Amino acid sequence: MSLEVMVAAALFVGVIAYAVFGGADFGSGFFDLTAGGTRRGAELRTLVDHSIGPVWEANHVWLIYVLVMWWTGFPEAFAAAMTTLVLPLLFALFGIVLRGASFAFRKYAGTLGQARLFGVVFATSSILTPFFLGAAAGAIASGRVPAEGYGDLWSSWVNPTSIFGGLIAVGTCAFLAGTFLTADAERSGQHGLAELLRDRSLVVGVVTGVLVFAALVPLLDDAPTLSDGLTGRGAPLIVISGLTGSATLALLWRRTYGPARLTAVAAVACVVAGWGIGQYPWLLVDELRIVDAAGARATLQALLIVVGLAGVIVLPLLAYLYRLTQSESWSQQR
Amino acid sequence: MLTPDLVVDLVTVAEPAGLLPARQQMALSLGWHIILACFGVAFPAMIFVVHRRGIVRDDPVALELAKRWSKVSAVLFAIGAVSGTVLSFEMGLLWPGLMGTYGDVLGLPFAFEGLSFFIEAIFLGIYLYGWGRMPPRLHLLMLLPMAVAGVVGTFCVIAVNAWMNAPTGFRLTESGEVVDVQPWAAMFNDQVWLQFAHMWVGAYLVVGLSVAGVYAVGMLRGRRDEHHRLGFLVPFVFATVAALSQPFVGHLLGLGLGDRQPAKLAAFELAETTESPSPLRIGGWYADGEVHGTIDIPVLGSILAQNSLDKPVRGLDTIPEEDHPPVNIAHWAFQSMVGIGTLLAGAVALFWLARWRGHDLLRNRWFLRFAVAAGPLAVLALESGWVATEVGRQPWVVYGYLRTEDAAGSYSGLWWLLGTTVVVYAAMTAGAVVVLRSMARRWRAGEADLPSPYGPAELAKSASTTGGER
Repeated sequence: MSLEVMVAAALFVGVIAYAVFGGADFGSGFFDLTAGGTRRGAELRTLVDHSIGPVWEANHVWLIYVLVMWWTGFPEAFAAAMTTLVLPLLFALFGIVLRGASFAFRKYAGTLGQARLFGVVFATSSILTPFFLGAAAGAIASGRVPAEGYGDLWSSWVNPTSIFGGLIAVGTCAFLAGTFLTADAERSGQHGLAELLRDRSLVVGVVTGVLVFAALVPLLDDAPTLSDGLTGRGAPLIVISGLTGSATLALLWRRTYGPARLTAVAAVACVVAGWGIGQYPWLLVDELRIVDAAGARATLQALLIVVGLAGVIVLPLLAYLYRLTQSESWSQQR
Repeated sequence: MLTPDLVVDLVTVAEPAGLLPARQQMALSLGWHIILACFGVAFPAMIFVVHRRGIVRDDPVALELAKRWSKVSAVLFAIGAVSGTVLSFEMGLLWPGLMGTYGDVLGLPFAFEGLSFFIEAIFLGIYLYGWGRMPPRLHLLMLLPMAVAGVVGTFCVIAVNAWMNAPTGFRLTESGEVVDVQPWAAMFNDQVWLQFAHMWVGAYLVVGLSVAGVYAVGMLRGRRDEHHRLGFLVPFVFATVAALSQPFVGHLLGLGLGDRQPAKLAAFELAETTESPSPLRIGGWYADGEVHGTIDIPVLGSILAQNSLDKPVRGLDTIPEEDHPPVNIAHWAFQSMVGIGTLLAGAVALFWLARWRGHDLLRNRWFLRFAVAAGPLAVLALESGWVATEVGRQPWVVYGYLRTEDAAGSYSGLWWLLGTTVVVYAAMTAGAVVVLRSMARRWRAGEADLPSPYGPAELAKSASTTGGER
């Protein structure tokens, strides 16, 4: 593997991690919004607080990691994507700001009215943000970001691949959140809530699965390079994703929630990885190859050192955080 | 403040339409984030002190302070995290000419900053939710990686800014291509250590005085208990060390500025011509190549800026007009920073001097009023410092290599973005103020845990009380 591809791979690991862990946090907004009125939704909303509260900021850092790796490793491609995808990225950015701020505000709000307001902003922005990030990904994957930048501000991300990309992002986020929240509810002894979440997660899972495979059809025309990659080199991953996704549904159905979390993560990670493998060797599809987009070699080497440090320092700490927050003693509400 | 040369700058210099709104956008989002970044850097250390005291000395007052401060930091760090993300996006969206050309030169410290942000966020999560769920001493230790990561993160971000002021670690070819990139040399450039020290100390000053000010308000309203005394003193001690050391750090940072960035120093010192020795010019303004309305103190300019009795400050007339920064903004921002910094250093010195002589200034209402104002003043000094260094670097974004106008993107509609950002940031500020005040109110009313009002337990409670009233 060349140095350029190693850095690109490290960057893409960040994309997958953000899609999975950041995605699960965003997806909780869907269940928050659909939880029902104040009284009916009280238990679920408190579960959402409890479930993503300790981890969302750490998960959010994957986005920073991706941006930093991208502009340092592949500066021209970064500038090209930024100048083209101004609108979806700004919409996503506003969503990120509103989500994070209103989530923190809601938890400590002084009155029910304020909490409701912050809650609506939190939930809505949580649902919308992944759409715009997915649409931006669709623009890159369908070859709509020109290498020299300043592509069309609208048609670059308002097109079949981007729309499906956005919807799939919303769906996978909700699916992940559903399985995690269901398991959290069960573990903290809220069986009624777990049942409700299980039913909703099953619906979300079926819809998202159908979306992912339905998207392959318009992609044939709209994103030929990607669709070649998805049906060629990326095909095994898409198949694994289909299998693990179905397994998740089966596990949810049988109420074995613990293992369902793992298969759900695998399913989403495989879809995202399939996209990455599918568009290899392009960084900006049909426009800029990874090797041609890379910055200075000395910088790429330095980045790999940072990645190595992240592997040694950050990953074990993240594992510790997840282990703590998923443990019995942390699950009790207080 | 539209001083004459600023108006001239705005009207006569032909610049891309997107430049001015991009600058304002960056200034707003950076100026807003930097306050919260200070809390991320300095607050964990202060929480550590009270939390440790609470555990080691079995002091319930200190422990209660730690609990409250950790809840406050949950709110502040959340909006700090998202407003920091805004900056990451804006680097690319607003300055594609900078990131596209120099991304691989300046990016390495950002990658390390990402690492430290990870560590900060992980331990923040553990610390905030660890109350009552972990062994107390282990829980306390979770603050230390946060504090260290905050400092490392500051170093990394400042490394990029210092590099913009003193670019190194690359070479430009005749055709303007960036070659021979040495990311480590760029990261550890000549300016990074002192500039980092200046910001690091500044963060402790801002947070120390802001937090102490909250308890000064309480004391002014007659709440004179151990809770308020400790809540004031701990951050105030941090602020004292910061306020007394900052003038020296700032002075060291300023040395050599005349060689590195003569136009910036000339603007700071309002030096129209080269004078030996140079006076210190206080106040005044610069218009049409003339300096007006200053109070001049002979020789002091040479002493402060050049550490010499006669070495002059190079005049603006020796520098081509097109390389002048907006002189008045840089001058006023610089002098505001220095003036406020000096005032704050004097005030903390006065407090400890009086205490040493047996006078407790916490009994003095005027001192308490000043202590309330000191937090906002420190913030003003911080913002002024950033304005001074950033505006003083103009018209360059990478000093001597890339002009800001060449770094900006060519978009229309950036004023809409700025307008939207103003609204969103205003709303976020209002939200934070409302929530933090409501937390303080509930704490004063004797609540401890602050359960969310939409939780099942709270709803049941409110239902039973309204039922009882009926």
